[in-house]
Amino acid sequence: MTVDTTAGALAPEPGGEASVAELLTPHARRFGGWADAPGVLGWISTIDHKRVGRRFIGTAFGFFVAGGVLAGLMRLQLSRPDSSLIGPDLYNQLFTVHGTSMMFVFAVPMMQAMAVYFVPLMVGARNIAFPRLIAYAYWVYLFGGLMLYSALVLNIGPDAGWFSYTPLAGPQYGVGKRSDFWAQLITFTEVSGLLVAVSVITTVFKLRAPGMTLNRMPLFVWALLVTSFMVVFALPSVMMVSTSLILDRLVGTHFFNPAEGGDALLWQHLFWFFGHPEVYMIFLPGLGFVSMIVPTFARRPVFGYVAIVLSLIATAFLAFGLWVHHMFATNVPELGKSFFTAASMVIAIPTATQLFCWIATLWTGRIVLRTPLLFVLGFFFILVLGGLTGIMLAAVPLDLQLHDTFFVVAHLHYVLIGGAVFPLFGAFYYWFPKVTGRMLDETLGRWNFWLFFVGFNVAFFPMHILGLQGMPRRVYTYAADTGWGPLNLVASLGAVVVVASVLVFVVNVARSCRMGVHAGANPWHASTLEWATDSPPPPGNFHPPLAVARREPLWERAGVSGFVEGLANDPPEALVTTLLDALPHHRLAFPTPTIWPLLAAIATSVLFISSIFTPWAVVWGSIPVAITLIAWFWPSRSETRKHVRLERVS
Amino acid sequence: MDEGSALSALVPAGPQAAHIHTLWLVMLAVCALVFAAILGALAIAMRRAPCGDETSEPDTSMIGNDEPAVRRAVTFGIAASAALLITLLVTSIVIERALAQLPLRDALHIRLTGHQWWWEATYDDAKAANVFTTANELHIPVGRPIVLTLEAEDVIHSFWVPNLHGKKDLVPGRTATIAFRADAAGTFRGQCAEFCGYQHANMALMVIAEPPERYERWAAAARTSAPQPLEPLAQRGQQVFLQSTCAMCHTIVGTPANGRRAPDLTHVASRLRIGAGTLHNDPVTLSAWIADPQRIKPGVHMPAHALPSADLQALVAYLGTLK
Amino acid sequence: MNIRVRAAVLVAVLAATAGCQREARLFEPAAGSAVTPPPVRMSDLQPGQSSPPPAVAPRYEVNAAALAAGKRLFTWYNCNGCHANGGGDKGPALMDDVWIYGGEPANIYMTIVEGRPNGMPSYGGHIPDEHVWQLVAYVRSMSGLVPVDAAPSRDDAMQSAPAENRRAAQPPVPAAVPPSSQTSK
Repeated sequence: MTVDTTAGALAPEPGGEASVAELLTPHARRFGGWADAPGVLGWISTIDHKRVGRRFIGTAFGFFVAGGVLAGLMRLQLSRPDSSLIGPDLYNQLFTVHGTSMMFVFAVPMMQAMAVYFVPLMVGARNIAFPRLIAYAYWVYLFGGLMLYSALVLNIGPDAGWFSYTPLAGPQYGVGKRSDFWAQLITFTEVSGLLVAVSVITTVFKLRAPGMTLNRMPLFVWALLVTSFMVVFALPSVMMVSTSLILDRLVGTHFFNPAEGGDALLWQHLFWFFGHPEVYMIFLPGLGFVSMIVPTFARRPVFGYVAIVLSLIATAFLAFGLWVHHMFATNVPELGKSFFTAASMVIAIPTATQLFCWIATLWTGRIVLRTPLLFVLGFFFILVLGGLTGIMLAAVPLDLQLHDTFFVVAHLHYVLIGGAVFPLFGAFYYWFPKVTGRMLDETLGRWNFWLFFVGFNVAFFPMHILGLQGMPRRVYTYAADTGWGPLNLVASLGAVVVVASVLVFVVNVARSCRMGVHAGANPWHASTLEWATDSPPPPGNFHPPLAVARREPLWERAGVSGFVEGLANDPPEALVTTLLDALPHHRLAFPTPTIWPLLAAIATSVLFISSIFTPWAVVWGSIPVAITLIAWFWPSRSETRKHVRLERVS
Repeated sequence: MDEGSALSALVPAGPQAAHIHTLWLVMLAVCALVFAAILGALAIAMRRAPCGDETSEPDTSMIGNDEPAVRRAVTFGIAASAALLITLLVTSIVIERALAQLPLRDALHIRLTGHQWWWEATYDDAKAANVFTTANELHIPVGRPIVLTLEAEDVIHSFWVPNLHGKKDLVPGRTATIAFRADAAGTFRGQCAEFCGYQHANMALMVIAEPPERYERWAAAARTSAPQPLEPLAQRGQQVFLQSTCAMCHTIVGTPANGRRAPDLTHVASRLRIGAGTLHNDPVTLSAWIADPQRIKPGVHMPAHALPSADLQALVAYLGTLK
Repeated sequence: MNIRVRAAVLVAVLAATAGCQREARLFEPAAGSAVTPPPVRMSDLQPGQSSPPPAVAPRYEVNAAALAAGKRLFTWYNCNGCHANGGGDKGPALMDDVWIYGGEPANIYMTIVEGRPNGMPSYGGHIPDEHVWQLVAYVRSMSGLVPVDAAPSRDDAMQSAPAENRRAAQPPVPAAVPPSSQTSK
């Protein structure tokens, strides 16, 4: 099948200004409007999803390391009883920023960043939908994360926990501006998250290669589609609750003031209504990674594609019905708690379904034991253990003993690191060749894996026991006569090993970028479309774009059924296809690179940060935001002329 | 004389904690089984399947065809998981019901108020004259149900004595209750289990379960006012107490000191610990605590006191008479 | 570095240090807070040329933790028993611009420590100096005289007045007449 879009030529307009293509280097001229201007200007104005995605991934990894440093300091303080290394004020900031950073500034953005880079490639698109919005979302995210860490350095780091319960974070007990910085960080990351989610959904629904029906989409794309819908429904709750907190603190509203009709527990409901789906927003992309790695390293398509898709969707729905399990120790009605116990247990079934499908795939496949698969095996061990402790916590009576103890710390790290970070590292090793054109070193990869696996278990398994022995969370020290000292020391030593493993990874990346074995387009001989283009992919991804007819396009005969011809490169054009069956629908002229998303992000950041200090900032700060948005959307005469010319020729 | 039992949810000293311990054992057994089964299946899969490399031809023969054996195995796994989960759900509900069925006849009622970072306890009684207030240390009779009414003065705290029961949050603006019973004598330590600020780590509660006669003697003593000091040093100490900051926040029943902002000190000398479980209660630690509590519990609301050492000595001597 | 960059850096540094002062948590008594201020004047009349009032560093007035502590101590030490929540009851209002014994921090400090005729108790020796300074800072915030970002926000209690960070500044008006000197008309 060839899709003919009867395109226009790339000839410059008679008498008009030179097209972008003529300004570019010879290499870039091939890719016309898909390529960026050279130099710094090109770097800050790019809307190529791969360039933005790479910096997005790198930034999220940077915040991962920063959050890990904070964790290292925490473990240092807790390694001995009655330690006077770090006082309560600093410790409270450390664990709050560690949690906030990992949850809001690393985990969800990292998964979204991987989506920004890989979803368009996997669906055969030439760029992500709304690319300027993605650029804006990245800058807003970056500025929010920088704000959080700057606040920590300036002693204004939030100190009421990553969940920031009122009344401790409220106007009376949350002294100073610390909790306001927390609340505005939420605003930054939620704006960014929502925008990326909208883009990902649109890309998946409208920009798939012709012939890639929903039934033929890679499972990672399904996972990120479902995750993005979760983002759209859950993030408004936390935006609302963080805004209510700022209003209470800055303006004197009474949302959380029981004396004037508010309720301290309202915070918990609204926060956890977001907070529980949040962890599944982190977990589902991890499952998506596993679904991509397992078939490649078992040399067969995954078993139970439909079951896995339905499991992802079921998990997303169920995730919205679990939030009260974070509140079992409060005096919400007991019968209600039982419903949440049932839901919290039922959600294990879709996950178990996926696990069994992957085991079946490996069982009936041909194993290629490389680092990505090692990380998947680590995922199995750690995630299953964490999931089972989750079942324990789902039971109200047992949760009443284990809630807010180190048992929960162990559980959450097992499910998040096991369920998301291990697959993420597997994904790094799997897709590094595609992003950079070079393979990561396999020996260092094994060192990375084993140090991480052993170190993680040594660090976190003892915490289960500490929780059972009565050690609560969020304590800056503990007495020697509690007997918690030895296991805490063991945990801290495990943390050192984890640090070593991350260092090995960083060294591996740094070396391989320069000296790694060159990878071709498809070093793993995998089956999905991202491997059908160069490593790294050129601007515009596919030249020409592909049409598919099978679920495993690079494995099955006639999987790639043809090419899309006739799309223009200048202005950059993409083919929009229908939602269910990806039939060609119309040609869409894509936006071109611009600096306005960065400027709009700066204006937005000024608005957000100054509204911490005065409500009038919302009014006055809107003006620069409006100006930058207007400039962003202002149509360009030359571009309109090019579009009109294209229409006329066709 | 200090803690007998170590903090642990696995060493129940009463029926509530015992029920939860039963649930824990059932959960542990089932979850260990499931873990072994899943990881075992994975291990077998990894061993059974032949090895290959990146260039091995992918097997696409099953596309478009059914894989009945595999489907049956996976379906079995899902069904077994669901069955086990239902078992655990039922067990959880059974234990919840058991917890709710603690007989409460003849219960002892205590009102517990959480403050940053100490516990205020008022023992209720039908006769108003028998009501008394203490702090940071509860004595309870063995074998009698205890009903705690939980309130918070400032932020959310959580009452948790793992050897006796699970936890319950103290939420400002709400009143919660928790009921438990100690069936064995002993000294049990509790911890605040909801992050409440700087000294959340040092907000412990001692619960001393003792035979009913000993409890009644303790309660009777707790209802009495503080005796007038007889020694001149202690008398000087009482003067220091009443004339400096102490009386602004603390209460000693039987003296003009009637502050409600800090722990009741009427019988402070009889407590095992001071500073909400942070320090053992002896003259040396008490001196250090009064001189500069911020050094021991930074952020606590009690200020440092620049008392001349003679006055400090006298004050500690006076407090030592408050048994 | 051109002037704009220098200005931006200066603003950033100032903002940073302002944040530092506002956000410091003073667990040990602040150095020097035990020192009583130099003699304050109760009268505006001075023989010869007037010398300026003694300067008292506004250390606590820019510190959010100190202001919050002052607000807490205001109820703990029962100041609200006579002054209500600033509107006055048996004692005069504290949230207006009328100061019988002077509205500068040093004046308020001496009022609290020494006591005043007609019912203001003398707290000197009964509460630590550090607490007095925190109360002084809080009392000043009641009439909006402290920086807005450090002023306390609303309490989790029934509201009797706008929160201190929402009050317009009311600088002390000099030469107020004490109640005992007022003649009835």
